[in-house]
Amino acid sequence: MRKAAFPLLAIAGVLFMTAPLVIARARYESTMGLVQKIFYFHMPPAMLMLLSAIFCGIVSAMFLVKKRPALDWMAYAAAELTVLYGAMAMVTGPLWARKAWGVWWVWDARLTMSLLMWMVFVSYLLLRRYGGAGSEILAAGLALFGMATAPFVYLSVNIWRTIHPLTSVVPTLPVDFALALWYSFAGFLLMYIALMMLRMSVEQQRAMLDRLYLESDE
Amino acid sequence: MSTFWRVVWIVARKDIAIEARSRELINTTVFFALSCVVVFSVSFVGEGGDGKALGDAAAGILWIAIAFSGTLALGRTFERERYGDTLRALLLAPGSRAAVYVGKLVGIVSLLIATEIVVVPLVALLFQAKLFDHFLLMAALLVLGTVGFASVGTLFAAMLARARSRDVLLPILLYPVTIPVMIAGVRGTSALLALEPQLDMARLWVTLLLAFDVVFVTLSLWTFEALMTE
Repeated sequence: MRKAAFPLLAIAGVLFMTAPLVIARARYESTMGLVQKIFYFHMPPAMLMLLSAIFCGIVSAMFLVKKRPALDWMAYAAAELTVLYGAMAMVTGPLWARKAWGVWWVWDARLTMSLLMWMVFVSYLLLRRYGGAGSEILAAGLALFGMATAPFVYLSVNIWRTIHPLTSVVPTLPVDFALALWYSFAGFLLMYIALMMLRMSVEQQRAMLDRLYLESDE
Repeated sequence: MSTFWRVVWIVARKDIAIEARSRELINTTVFFALSCVVVFSVSFVGEGGDGKALGDAAAGILWIAIAFSGTLALGRTFERERYGDTLRALLLAPGSRAAVYVGKLVGIVSLLIATEIVVVPLVALLFQAKLFDHFLLMAALLVLGTVGFASVGTLFAAMLARARSRDVLLPILLYPVTIPVMIAGVRGTSALLALEPQLDMARLWVTLLLAFDVVFVTLSLWTFEALMTE
C-alpha cells in the first residue's frame, strides 16, 4: 500500500507544478480579475473536505458494524484529511474573500456550516488522541454526526441567502475555467488518495508494533 | 413496543426519583444557568441605558445559559452512574439499549425543562424581553431545541462515561455538532423578540429544529447500541 502511494504523489506533484500554466491560460473573470484565480485552489480542497467527511462517515458506519481494524484506519485517515483539506479551504477562502468582499470572514451560512463541520472533525482527532482506550468506537459515532452536517454545508448556499457563490456555478463554468478547475482538482484528489494510503500504512504498522510489543511482554 | 416504553418509563422514573430526593442536579444546574446569565449580562447590556440587552443578545444569553448548564448536567448525570457503577447494570438490564437511551434522554430533557421554567422568566424579567407574548411558539422553540441538544448530549455523555479526560471532551464534541440547534434556537427567539415579531421566521426555525431533532434522535438511536458495547 505504501509503495503504491509514491507514484501517485509524483503524478500529483507534476500536476501541481504544471497547474499554474493551465490556470494562467484560463481567461480573467470579468468582475474579479486576477483574484478569482484563487478559486482553482479553493474549490477543490473544499469539495474534497466535504467528500472526505462523507467518506469518513460511511467507513465509520461500516467499522461499527464489521469491527475490522482496516476500516478504522481508513476512517482515521479520512478524518485527518478532512481537517487538512478544510484548513486549505479556510486559508484560501479568506484570502479570496478579503479581495472580493473586503473582509476576511463573514458569518454567513456556508462559512459557518463549513467551520462547524471542520470543528466536528477536529474534535474527532482530539477524541482519538485523548479519549484513551476504546475511543476509536466513540470516534466512529462522532464521524456519523460529522457526515450528517455535510448535506447542510453543501446546500446552505442554496437555502439561505449568502454572499458565497452558489453550487450551480460549477456546472456552468466556461470551458477554459472548467479545465483549470478540474486539472487542479485531479492534483488534490491524487494527493488525497496518496496521503490516505500512507496514513493507513502508518496505522497498520503502529498496530503491528503494538502486537509485537504485547507478544514480547508475555 | 409496550416493553420498550415500559423500559423507557422505568429508566426515566429512576432518574427523576433520584433527582427528586437529592435535588443535586436541579439546584446546581439552575444556579449555574443563573451565573451564566449574570456573566453575559455584564458584556451585553448597554451602560446607563434602559437595562435592555444589546440587539439580539437576550436570545443569545438565554440559549447559551441553557447549553452551558445542560452540558454540566449531562456530565453529572453520567458521573453519578459511573460512581455507583450502575451504568453497566443499566446496560445489562433486559430490554433494548435504545429504550435505555430514550429513558436517559427523557430524564435529562425533563431536568433541562425544569431549569428553563426558572431561567426563561428570569431572562424575560432582567432584560425586559417579551418572551411570553407568543407563548406557544416560544415553548415549541425551547422544547425542540432542548430535545435536539439533549439527544446528542445524552449519547455523547453516555459514550464518554468511561473515556479518559471526559470532562473536557464532552463540550468539545458536543458544541460543534449542536451549534446548528443553538443557531436555530437563537434566531427563532430573536425573531419573536423583535420590535415587530416575525412569526413566519420563528415558525421556519421551529420547522428546522424539528428536522434537526429527527436527524439527531434517529442517528443517536442507531448508534447508541453500537457505541455502548464493551
